[in-house]
Amino acid sequence: MAQIDSEKYAVATQLQLTWWRFRRHKLAMISLVLLVLVYLLAIFADFLATQDPHATDARTSYIAPQPIQWFDDNGFNPHVYGIKGVRDMKTFKLVYTVDPNRKVYIDFFGQGYEYNLFGLIPTKVHLMTLRNAERGDGIYILGTDLLGRDLWSRLMVATRVSLTIGLVGVSISLFLGVLLGGISAVYGGIVDTMIQRTIEVIRSMPTIPLWLGLAAALPNNWSVLQVYFAITIIISLLAWTDLARVVRGKFLALKEEDFVMAAELAGASQGRIIFRHMLPSFASHIIAAVSLALPAMIISETSLSFLGLGLRPPAISWGILLQDAQNIQTLALAPWLLISAIPVVVVILAFNFLGDGLRDAADPYG
Amino acid sequence: MSETIPPETILEVTDLKKHFPIRRGLLRKVVGQVKAVDGVSFSIRKGETLALVGESGCGKTTAARCILRAYAPTGGAIKFKVEGREVDLAALSRSELRPLRRHIQMVFQDPYSSLNPRMVVGDIIGEPLLINGMGDAVARRKRVEELMELVQLPRAYYNRFPHAFSGGQRQRIGIARALALNPTLIVADEPVSALDVSVQAQVLNLMLDLQDQLGLTYLFVAHDLSVVKHVSDRVAVMYVGRMVELAETEALFERPLHPYTEALLSAAPTPVPGAVSNRIVLEREIADPANPPPGCAFHPRCRYAVDACRAVVPEMTEVQPGRFVACHRAAELTLAGVGAVEHVVD
Amino acid sequence: MADPILSVRGLKTQFFGPEGVVRAVDGVDFDVFEGRTLGVVGESGCGKSVTARSVLGIVDRPGRVVGGSMKLRRANGEVVDLGTLTNEQMRKYRGPEIALVFQEPMASFSQHYTIGNQIGEGIKLHMGLDDRAAKKRAIELLDMVGVPQPARRVDDYPFQLSGGLRQRVMIAMALSCDPRVLIADEPTTALDVTTQAQILDLLRTLQKDRGLAIILITHDMGVIAEMAHDVSVMYLGRAVETGSVKEIFETPKHPYTRALLRSIPTVLAKPRTRLPTIAGSIPHPFDRPKGCSYHPRCAEIIGAVCEKAEPPAVDTDDGRQVRCFLHGGMEEAKASLQGASA
Repeated sequence: MAQIDSEKYAVATQLQLTWWRFRRHKLAMISLVLLVLVYLLAIFADFLATQDPHATDARTSYIAPQPIQWFDDNGFNPHVYGIKGVRDMKTFKLVYTVDPNRKVYIDFFGQGYEYNLFGLIPTKVHLMTLRNAERGDGIYILGTDLLGRDLWSRLMVATRVSLTIGLVGVSISLFLGVLLGGISAVYGGIVDTMIQRTIEVIRSMPTIPLWLGLAAALPNNWSVLQVYFAITIIISLLAWTDLARVVRGKFLALKEEDFVMAAELAGASQGRIIFRHMLPSFASHIIAAVSLALPAMIISETSLSFLGLGLRPPAISWGILLQDAQNIQTLALAPWLLISAIPVVVVILAFNFLGDGLRDAADPYG
Repeated sequence: MSETIPPETILEVTDLKKHFPIRRGLLRKVVGQVKAVDGVSFSIRKGETLALVGESGCGKTTAARCILRAYAPTGGAIKFKVEGREVDLAALSRSELRPLRRHIQMVFQDPYSSLNPRMVVGDIIGEPLLINGMGDAVARRKRVEELMELVQLPRAYYNRFPHAFSGGQRQRIGIARALALNPTLIVADEPVSALDVSVQAQVLNLMLDLQDQLGLTYLFVAHDLSVVKHVSDRVAVMYVGRMVELAETEALFERPLHPYTEALLSAAPTPVPGAVSNRIVLEREIADPANPPPGCAFHPRCRYAVDACRAVVPEMTEVQPGRFVACHRAAELTLAGVGAVEHVVD
Repeated sequence: MADPILSVRGLKTQFFGPEGVVRAVDGVDFDVFEGRTLGVVGESGCGKSVTARSVLGIVDRPGRVVGGSMKLRRANGEVVDLGTLTNEQMRKYRGPEIALVFQEPMASFSQHYTIGNQIGEGIKLHMGLDDRAAKKRAIELLDMVGVPQPARRVDDYPFQLSGGLRQRVMIAMALSCDPRVLIADEPTTALDVTTQAQILDLLRTLQKDRGLAIILITHDMGVIAEMAHDVSVMYLGRAVETGSVKEIFETPKHPYTRALLRSIPTVLAKPRTRLPTIAGSIPHPFDRPKGCSYHPRCAEIIGAVCEKAEPPAVDTDDGRQVRCFLHGGMEEAKASLQGASA
């Protein structure tokens, strides 16, 4: 690698230096790109969905994943096979299966079910829709679940929910962590002692029973949205302790730095010292801590919902999707339901690599 | 308060004490005191360089920080002549101190932690001006450039960050920052000990030149006697929180009056091969400031100690005009020093 | 003079990092004799510590010894080139033949084991003694290095000792297996001056009593003057001048040595004297000057030759070695430069 131009190096801010160091971590860079893509996906979840994720249809239950056929005899004409109902001669029930003889063509940017783009603009445009679809037809890329809902569409929406719970939760934790950690460090003495002991009490509580208790305390008649926020707040009320300790530790270390003392000797006020001298120095550590706190949040929500203690249907999240894959019988019938676990693993790993890379870049000696 | 300190003195420290409590146990009971500084008195005259010298635990850095009021002293007075009047820095509250801070500035030991890595050099030097509301942005920039020139840093480096500079250059930045407010007194805390040997000379020369140019007054804290020999007018030697000798530099080096000073001078390696033959090698370890020996703290290691030394703490007495020493036997001992030679190496 | 115990020729050690290759040690020659101290002196970036680590085969990654020979003459007369040994093979020599004392005693000890335990580790490994015998020997060693009340102190932990005592214990540890060569890397830099005097006195005594060969690495010319018999002055990975201590201090030949000696503060100076300084600063390892690495700062530069060619090590008539065109090597350099441009 060529030597960094020394003039550029001399006027590079710490941020730029951190970025240059970060760029060298291949794994972290890949993770960054991946996560950006995943979050874009979450923003456009409904656009990418092919079926209304809430619409149930018993007839299309447990259909195996149907790959899109990209070519037919006339060239590039993406299509799927239709679904037809066949009466089972023994049970006389209508069983729906794939009909290879009937092609249903895919439209791009066609009209589908209605949703709010970015939560504001009502629209019906989706990336892929079907032309002349009959009842039961659908682009079942990942198959369907017991209630006939397309897994791909549900996964898109679940991604959005799971990722944003993480964000909202981390914001709350961040605010509480920086505030309480900062107060602890700046004031010291009895305030510090009390906050630290509180943190220790919170951390020593076993989390799962605590969650169980809190989640069970939520009234049954709350709407999905209310439950969503309640879960977020519960999780972040327990997660701020880590950040508070990191913040306090960094503050205390920085207080001893000579350049802080130099500013005091010049007559700087407490405020200037905190915001101009201390805060910028540990911003990168905070970012690294946050990028490691996010996956913890996501896993918390996924686990809670998987156990039935977090979000409840008809809300959709990774944990709820995985609920459908809970028993062996279901998995024997519809093993594709486990695909929902893959994005969880990938995203969590990506966050961890990203966080590691950020931490190494921010503090190469730490 | 009437004028109590002589006209040419700008700082008078009287019986300065700084004790740190030692706490043990669940309830953090105080079980003892680390007497980091235990009754130190000296004064600094305008335009001079006074060196505070000693080894670990002697309290020189703590004393310097008390003067800067980074610590609040446990006892004693620090009379400072500022803005036409005399104030006792030890007695002021933090808010009373704030407006006076600009008159005493510090040059730090570690060039790597004394500059905020996230500020450009121009802002670092100019920050004291900004905080004290001196001039608008244009005037400040001009002053910063003047200061950079004074310390021989190219103006063009205004927008560079500290990581682009070497240790010696960073110390210059630190010196420029200390000069920004035209302080009455500059406390230099081991300003060259973290630098390479060939760079030390550059920074020491700069400090001497600036002193001549601007009439600066330095309190120079150091452990390295050779550096002290080069820059100071008077030297104060400290041991375990007490001052043991105070004299003009040349006199102290040529003929020390305290056995510890004699041992220090003898221990200093000189670049003359074979000079080690009459080295005094002290026994035992430096005394612990949390538990100093009774009487004279140096007596367990002193080859001249007598019974009085074990029992009574010696006071600093002026045995000759301008020469102070805290030793019971000062009048009767003849101790060896190091003479000055014209040049050491051709 | 007897044969050297350790003879290093053309040692080259380089660090391979993402930003390029750093030639930390770039062709260093020296000899170490029984009962004599070789002082290796230089400022930051000169490669003196890396040299010590290269001899012992403990250069940190991403560094590697890439060339040269390091011939150790063992007590039985056998000569081994340490550069050719694997790490496994080197272990036999670390301790019984060559030992190292570090600068920072606190960082070099494990905080979880007593000092008796840590001294005993090498003894048990190399001399095959059992726990009790090793502890007995540890107490003897502590006594030898002047630790008061060694039988009590042997069970102390490193944090219970002062800096000076810790350094004595380091020396005891280093000498536990009776090495013939002791490498001391800035052994007194972190110590107070009176403690430093004690430690240096101890090293001199040990050298006299045991015929120990010492390689003393430091940046302090004063320490070199009082401890070393022979001196090697290093700059940017090369030994620019080698000779006896008297010669180096009284008649320095290389411009860097001369400038360095003139620029150091000393207690013998008159107060408030300005010191002559060396222009410029030590170049960044990636910015090595072409030609003689010292030429941008040299007060006695000859011109084109110094800028383009690297001076070879020249043996002067009084048994010293200098790397400077002022003292030799110019004809060949000029010839090869002309040859290159022709």
